[in-house]
Amino acid sequence: MQYSEIMVRYGELSTKGKNRKSFIGRLNGNIAKALHDFDDLTIRPKRDRTHIELNGTPAEPVMDRLSKVFGIQSFSPSVAVEKDMDKVKQVALELMNEAAAKGVTFKVETHRSDKTFPLDTNGMNLALGDFLTEERPDLIAKMKNPDVKLRVEVRREAIFLSTTTIKGAGGLPVGTAGKAAMMLSGGIDSPVAAYLALKRGVDIEMVHFFSPPYTSDNALNKAKELTAKLTPYVGSITFIGVPFTHTQEEIKAKVPEGYLMTIQRRMMLRLTEAIANKRGDLVIFNGESVGQVASQTLASMAAINDVTTMPIVRPVATMDKTEIIAEAEKIDTYELSIMPFEDCCTIFAPPAPKTQPRIDRSRYYETKIDVEGLMEEALSNLSIDVIRPGQEFLNQDQDIIAELL
Amino acid sequence: MIYFDNSATTKPLDSVLQTYQTVATEFFGNPSSLHRLGDRARSVVEQSRSQIAQLMRAKPEEIFFTSGGTEGDNWIIKGTAMAKRMFGKHLITTTIEHPAVRETMKQLEELGFEVTYLPVDKRGFISVDDLKAAIRPDTILVSVMAVNNEVGSIQPIAKIGDVLEDYPTIHFHVDAVQAVGKGVMDQIRHPRVDFLTFSGHKFHALRGTGFIYAKAGRRIEPLMAGGGQEKDWRSGTENTAGIAAMAKALRLCLDNEDEKVARQNAIRKNIADYVSTFEDVHLFSEIAPDFAPHVLTMAIKGVRGETIVHAFEGEDIYMSTTSACSSRSGQESSTLAAMNVPQSLAQSAIRVSLDEANTMEEAEQFKQAFRRIYTNFQKLKG
Repeated sequence: MQYSEIMVRYGELSTKGKNRKSFIGRLNGNIAKALHDFDDLTIRPKRDRTHIELNGTPAEPVMDRLSKVFGIQSFSPSVAVEKDMDKVKQVALELMNEAAAKGVTFKVETHRSDKTFPLDTNGMNLALGDFLTEERPDLIAKMKNPDVKLRVEVRREAIFLSTTTIKGAGGLPVGTAGKAAMMLSGGIDSPVAAYLALKRGVDIEMVHFFSPPYTSDNALNKAKELTAKLTPYVGSITFIGVPFTHTQEEIKAKVPEGYLMTIQRRMMLRLTEAIANKRGDLVIFNGESVGQVASQTLASMAAINDVTTMPIVRPVATMDKTEIIAEAEKIDTYELSIMPFEDCCTIFAPPAPKTQPRIDRSRYYETKIDVEGLMEEALSNLSIDVIRPGQEFLNQDQDIIAELL
Repeated sequence: MIYFDNSATTKPLDSVLQTYQTVATEFFGNPSSLHRLGDRARSVVEQSRSQIAQLMRAKPEEIFFTSGGTEGDNWIIKGTAMAKRMFGKHLITTTIEHPAVRETMKQLEELGFEVTYLPVDKRGFISVDDLKAAIRPDTILVSVMAVNNEVGSIQPIAKIGDVLEDYPTIHFHVDAVQAVGKGVMDQIRHPRVDFLTFSGHKFHALRGTGFIYAKAGRRIEPLMAGGGQEKDWRSGTENTAGIAAMAKALRLCLDNEDEKVARQNAIRKNIADYVSTFEDVHLFSEIAPDFAPHVLTMAIKGVRGETIVHAFEGEDIYMSTTSACSSRSGQESSTLAAMNVPQSLAQSAIRVSLDEANTMEEAEQFKQAFRRIYTNFQKLKG
């Protein structure tokens, strides 16, 4: 079936009062960004829905993109038919033959915004219902919870028919909640936390720490590729690489082993806060999960959090590892996350980090290093990239190899 | 030159050799090395594995690289025996297997395993009922070849698979070395088949390369212990260039498979129809759907196969007596013996084996040469 348009319904937006207009504006901007490379589409935003006219573009790839735009509650591909009842009936039958298996229940649901059309809502429901039961005697009409709903919209320009409604990604349009810095390691948890931040409308920038030569190019590329996996939900994501080698070496040389990890994390948080301030990010997000590792006990969190007053949001804080993994599999970051490249958190990990570090001791040990100087050095050497959907960083030889095979 | 000995080995394709050359020069790192050169080599191996898996309708983690058919057969049979010896010591195979299977079974017999060898009928087929009757509570492996290398009979793999559905603990191995690109993919990918053996040089890749399919969830012990390559299943530094060349050769071989099978079948039938008009010619292979499209084994009664092979060589046409492995050591054909062919006739056997590059024109030249050679020998006998 060649669809003529996709009708997009907004989600939670309807409850957002005065902000509604800016939310819808943002959502439609995000939809346009997600669909930017389809040249023939016409996007018509309305008060409570958006119509995407396909103008010959296949519906499948468009719907694929739409399924990743937060703020969309559902969408339906529909067929436009000129206002001729014989043609409407024919298309209705074709659509039902595609959507309705033998013997299922159905219902016709008409909305008429063009009041000049001779048949009213009931008249249309009856006309199509009668025609369909005659052509498909196996179908059973049922008003409450039918298996298939044939939606008919009588509009000024044409009559629109649709049998399929696809659930959207839900959440809020990315950007409506403001901007935040996301601490991305390369493990399983932080990409999931990033996804959940995006889902609540937060526009994120990735902050990733790397320590060459202790960490390989692959570790950095893996973090970038994870970022690329999340870009379809938002269009593009800024990736900020923070060189961390010198800081880690200094900490290793001057801080007692039990506090290595705590001081490292405090430095990371300080640097993230500084970057956030510089770039106008209001909040820090990270992938910490309570009690999962030594740095994520409540005592550790308190000792690390001590360096900043900027709010830190931890979307996966109370999730079990298995729940996080399930989510990671859903957003297709899991396989990447488990690739075995050492990141900067593991290479200097002490054999027995303190699980109950004390804030006063942390502050004291930190006086042994030149916090200001190290931060300045790292901040003046940031590497900043904008990452877009489909970019690959890990296997850059893929095409060359494919050519050989 | 007419090359009609493709069941012995195939000629590597130029483009496959080109891939070998490029990979061997530019991706020479050890795939296990941590640095960039190692990464790049590992990417070649893994991308090749994915491509082969896709072509074989399998998952990448079900493909393991080996040095060829003999290793694959040895590994699956001995690896099953080692992994499952606690559950039983009985194995079932056939009397027409390649020596890589047969001799492996003999080694296991010496170690105290029991092996049932299923007989074949006059046409070269085992009976599914015989197989059913041979299954015992302590049976751990059934190993049956897909396409017989000496006469080309296609064994009833799917039917055996159906029978084995009722015995889920038995490993089912199929030696598919002669089965690539021969239109039998549906048979060998029957869902009950657990293990498959493949050899690269039978489909225009290089000697020393091969792979096995091992269904996810089935386990065998490794034969090659060592550095833990291939997820610890098969140690030994990966033959990166050979693997890439094999992935490419497999893709090319399976491209347009139906058309290639039809062409080989037509050539085979053309030759068979012609030679069977000669009084003293006997055909071991049949023109029938349950025979592979590329193998035609025949005899000129009273003339030794070896003599005919050399006579054709004089015409620049190359073929084998029966299997190339046994022809030099002078063993008589085990498949023909199993088919109850009298030894005098078996001694006269010659095998024409085709591939997708052979042409009808070559068949015509072969026929003319055949007529000359046949007439010549009749005179000598005269």
